[in-house]
Amino acid sequence: MSNAESNKEYWRWTESRYTNPDLNWKDVDIISAGVDVGSVSTQAVIMVDGKIYCYSSMRTGSDSPDSANNAMDWALDGTGLSLDKIQYIVGTGYGRVNVSFAKRAITEIACHARGANFIYGPEIRTVLDMGGQDCKAIRCDQRGKVTAFLMNDKCAAGTGRGMEVFADLLQVHINDVGKMSLEVEEEPEPVSSTCVVFAKSEAVGLLRKGWPKEKVLAAYCSAMAHRVVTLLLRLGIEEKFAITGGIAKNIGVVKRIEDELKLKAPEPSIDPQLAGAIGAALFAKALVEKERKKS
Amino acid sequence: MITAGIDCGSKNTKVCIVKEGVVLSTASVLSGFDQEESAEQALKSALEKAGIKREEIEHITATGAGMEAIKFSHNTITTITADARGTYSIFPSARTIIDIGAEEGLVIKIDDKGKVKDFGINEKCAAGAGAFIEAMSRALEVDIENMGELSLKSAKQIPINAQCTIFAESEVVSLIHQKTLKEDIIRAVHDAIADRNTSMVRQIGIEKDVALIGGVANNIGFVDSMNRNLGFGLLVPKDGVAPEYVSALGAALVAQDKIGGY
Amino acid sequence: MAKANYGYKDGSGEYFITIDTDLCNSCGKCVEVCPAGVLEMAEDELDPLGDEIIATVSDEHRKKIKYSCAPCKPSGEEKELPCVKVCELGAITHSW
Repeated sequence: MSNAESNKEYWRWTESRYTNPDLNWKDVDIISAGVDVGSVSTQAVIMVDGKIYCYSSMRTGSDSPDSANNAMDWALDGTGLSLDKIQYIVGTGYGRVNVSFAKRAITEIACHARGANFIYGPEIRTVLDMGGQDCKAIRCDQRGKVTAFLMNDKCAAGTGRGMEVFADLLQVHINDVGKMSLEVEEEPEPVSSTCVVFAKSEAVGLLRKGWPKEKVLAAYCSAMAHRVVTLLLRLGIEEKFAITGGIAKNIGVVKRIEDELKLKAPEPSIDPQLAGAIGAALFAKALVEKERKKS
Repeated sequence: MITAGIDCGSKNTKVCIVKEGVVLSTASVLSGFDQEESAEQALKSALEKAGIKREEIEHITATGAGMEAIKFSHNTITTITADARGTYSIFPSARTIIDIGAEEGLVIKIDDKGKVKDFGINEKCAAGAGAFIEAMSRALEVDIENMGELSLKSAKQIPINAQCTIFAESEVVSLIHQKTLKEDIIRAVHDAIADRNTSMVRQIGIEKDVALIGGVANNIGFVDSMNRNLGFGLLVPKDGVAPEYVSALGAALVAQDKIGGY
Repeated sequence: MAKANYGYKDGSGEYFITIDTDLCNSCGKCVEVCPAGVLEMAEDELDPLGDEIIATVSDEHRKKIKYSCAPCKPSGEEKELPCVKVCELGAITHSW
């Protein structure tokens, strides 16, 4: 581990948990949960009758089953609710098959569309999810059902991991990268290499040339924005358009995507990193209802 | 008649000085910020080794990614031309050439006269090039020079699932945490990059003999992975000119051809 | 029309196999003809509440189709791809 990583952890974002004080799990019909085990972060969302009751969001550890358990335990913490009272749990995300207590695993594509529909409303037709190790472009209908998708989890360019590499290289905290990248008077040429390995060498060259950090970050954020825009264009964009995932919090990338598309993404009322877990919890609720209809 | 070939790679700048078709000397320096300056240094070092003066060189041909920066060269040629010329001079039986450098991989097919028939390039993604092995050697804290020998000690085949260099780094780190033997991880690294390169060769079509050049060819563990994957032995330059100088040699030979042959 | 795009874009280019999940009639012929085992029949990822089994690109190959599909794409010549040719409904397309 490099010194910057072990001493300062520039890439580390804040973990969080929440309980809705206005809801009570005791007098509800369906309690459902979704756990999204991403490569970088894990979220557990518990819903009562389709409303968010509590959630947790934390960094995924080296072990997926443990991460799922930890996130679930933390979400339940202090609520008096226990795992056995949850009627249906759906696992999603990269580590979805490792959620031991989930009844079913559903791909993150379907869950993200459903979650974005919940967070941003039924007018959402295109969702861009930028996660820690992947980037997804999804088209959906008014019910949040997927009509087309494209996912890139092969290459680090255009993912949170790529941004972490840059935060670490420039020794800027990951939370500050976006804001700092907007502190340039004039937008520089984007970094020309797509590959993060080559982009990093390119950035080292730019720093050596005397570029300030914010200019280098601007060049990287705009390269990243352009890259995801090309993926979106391959799929076709229909309004309204929303951005979810960790990078949705990076204003430097979001603003540049909006500028290039000439579209504005709505401000989320709920942490967009929860979209996958929310979608999973909603599918869990739908699956309880489906089972009931059958019997 | 003395000529020089300069290969301006993304990582190293290499010079080869040739007299009547025979290599007098080679030299290499890290490609710096100013590529022309790096080329000057490499040339100076090669001249010293050969014990000749700059004025004795009649023609200088540049090749490689940064060739346009070398204002003092008399002409430039593509890496494909240089590779074909250099490899054909060492291995006249070669019909397929694989050149794996720090940042890109090339496959070139040549005929029995050394003329280029077809080629394919693996570029702009570190996963298929030397940069992949270099990144993994850093993650493993093993000197890049020792990677080859260490991997030959491995008797176990383990897969590396990540295709991207950045993601493979994390995978290697977690393999280390799981106490996987270093030699097994290194072999897995070599197998991964060999797999990508052999599929590129198959796409162009394999025609024997097949030669392997470029800096990565110095890595005996990688060569072993390539041989195993292809099912036959590759020709790797050993005596006289090291694999990373083949392109510079090719440029120097093209320079000779240009001013009347030898 | 519902399009599932499997593959990736990296520094070297865009490599996607697109399967129109509405057109796919679950016949499975594409799975049989693919010499590299890239395709398989699986649950429709677009519709987890449905029960349909349709053609998809297997997990194993999603991140390396540039290499997995290379044998069917010889350099310098246009050749009809077995998976595309066998699909009478035209549900499969390649981006490269």
